[in-house]
Amino acid sequence: MRGCRYTSSKLLTLVVELEDKPGQLVKVLEPISKIGGNIVGVVHQRGKKTPLNRVPVEISLKIDKKKVEKLVKTLKELGITIRSIDEVRLTATTSLLLIGHIIHTDLSDTIDRIDSGGVAEVVELRISMPRVNEPSTAMVTISAAGNEKLREAVEKLKNICYEKGIIVIEPVNEEFS
Amino acid sequence: MIKLVIVGFGNVGQGLVELLLEKKNVIGKIIGPVKVIAIADSKSSISGNFSLKEALEIKKRRGRLPENRLAREVVEEEDYDVLVETSITKIDDGGEGLKYVRTALKRGSHVVTSNKGPLVVAFRELMKLAEKNNVKLMYEATVGSAMPVIKLAKKYLAFCDILSIKGILNGTCNYILSRMEEERMPYGQVLKEAQELGIAEADPSYDVEGIDAAAKLVILANTIYNLNAKLSDVERVGITKVSPEAFDVAIEKNYTIRLIAEASRETLKVTPRLVPLNHPLAIRGTLNAAMFRTDTAGDIVVMGRGAGKMETATAVLSDILDIYDSSS
Repeated sequence: MRGCRYTSSKLLTLVVELEDKPGQLVKVLEPISKIGGNIVGVVHQRGKKTPLNRVPVEISLKIDKKKVEKLVKTLKELGITIRSIDEVRLTATTSLLLIGHIIHTDLSDTIDRIDSGGVAEVVELRISMPRVNEPSTAMVTISAAGNEKLREAVEKLKNICYEKGIIVIEPVNEEFS
Repeated sequence: MIKLVIVGFGNVGQGLVELLLEKKNVIGKIIGPVKVIAIADSKSSISGNFSLKEALEIKKRRGRLPENRLAREVVEEEDYDVLVETSITKIDDGGEGLKYVRTALKRGSHVVTSNKGPLVVAFRELMKLAEKNNVKLMYEATVGSAMPVIKLAKKYLAFCDILSIKGILNGTCNYILSRMEEERMPYGQVLKEAQELGIAEADPSYDVEGIDAAAKLVILANTIYNLNAKLSDVERVGITKVSPEAFDVAIEKNYTIRLIAEASRETLKVTPRLVPLNHPLAIRGTLNAAMFRTDTAGDIVVMGRGAGKMETATAVLSDILDIYDSSS
């Protein structure tokens, strides 16, 4: 039996203050992309304009843990005002068992599609492969920012697995029913 | 004097007759004398002046009953208070059993059935028919055999809001999965063992594809949530693809795997699930269990043998007692 573990990048919420004129947002997004961050959401908080007439913009992104420092440094060098940068707290967690041709049906695609929502991520993956070309078994642990988001992520995983002919065995846990 | 007609004279029908003989005194004390005025199956019958012992002996010796009158005619012609319907389950159209139940209810007789077919196919119709004719249709034996589930929900939990029911409603699947858990044998091998032990049928699909559990879930959900759900409304995944390795992976997080039937206002599904090892539903062997989550009474769990001749006959008898026991 072989096994592996998978740890994904961090989900962050970055709030910056931008001048209220065209072309400002791209100044922030471009460096994030260059460093390898994956932007999953942008919200302009127009109702919360600062006394200096700046607009707070909340950017949700995923980025390798090691690159966060570099990102902050780069943005500061570009003169962008960072109001806050927080790791999104993933408070709800569940594990599910998958049985089927998990590897052959593009495992990383399955994980990326769960992670791409920005509200949930695969935090652990344990795979057991009995023999080559036979169905394998994986225990996937997903964390999300709250039960509602977790339910959404599980539904998404179920749909992806249905497409790929993989069986999903959900837990019977009472806190998640 | 309570007059019974029994249709279907296989395991359950014979078990009931044995129980009526064995428990005659205690039954008499609770509901008074009970007389079986006719017994019939699809090919033969017995009626008039006969003893229950005699009926059992003839059936065992000859494989049939002495008269040629069919169950259909007996149900239409005899004058009885309760029809006990124990014919073989036909899950697609309810089979002959559905016709017997309809006929008896229309004639103003109570019906006690151990047959899932009629209830899965025509639950609401039959309930309305019973109500219209001011008689009872009882079916405790259809879900979990002697394990009290239907009357538990309808009587003791009548004032509760039942938020969900989760259960192990098929002993064959539970046997196979718990053997896989213990021995890490592949599914096919454990199935063979179960077939040799008489726990699984030669054609196991009705059990292992989750159809039997889904039929019971339909009956349970229709009872509790006042639905008219059908088999096709149940999301259903069987156990045939569960691998021994799945138990290895599951155990690392303190889980085992069981086929769980779940009903709530939002869900109706029979699927293999991860069950924490210390969970009340992490049971072994051919046992059945059901867990009711209620608003005011917390969780209530019942467990027991979900099948068997005398177990099912016991459930049938409990329904007959319920119809006539004025003290309950």
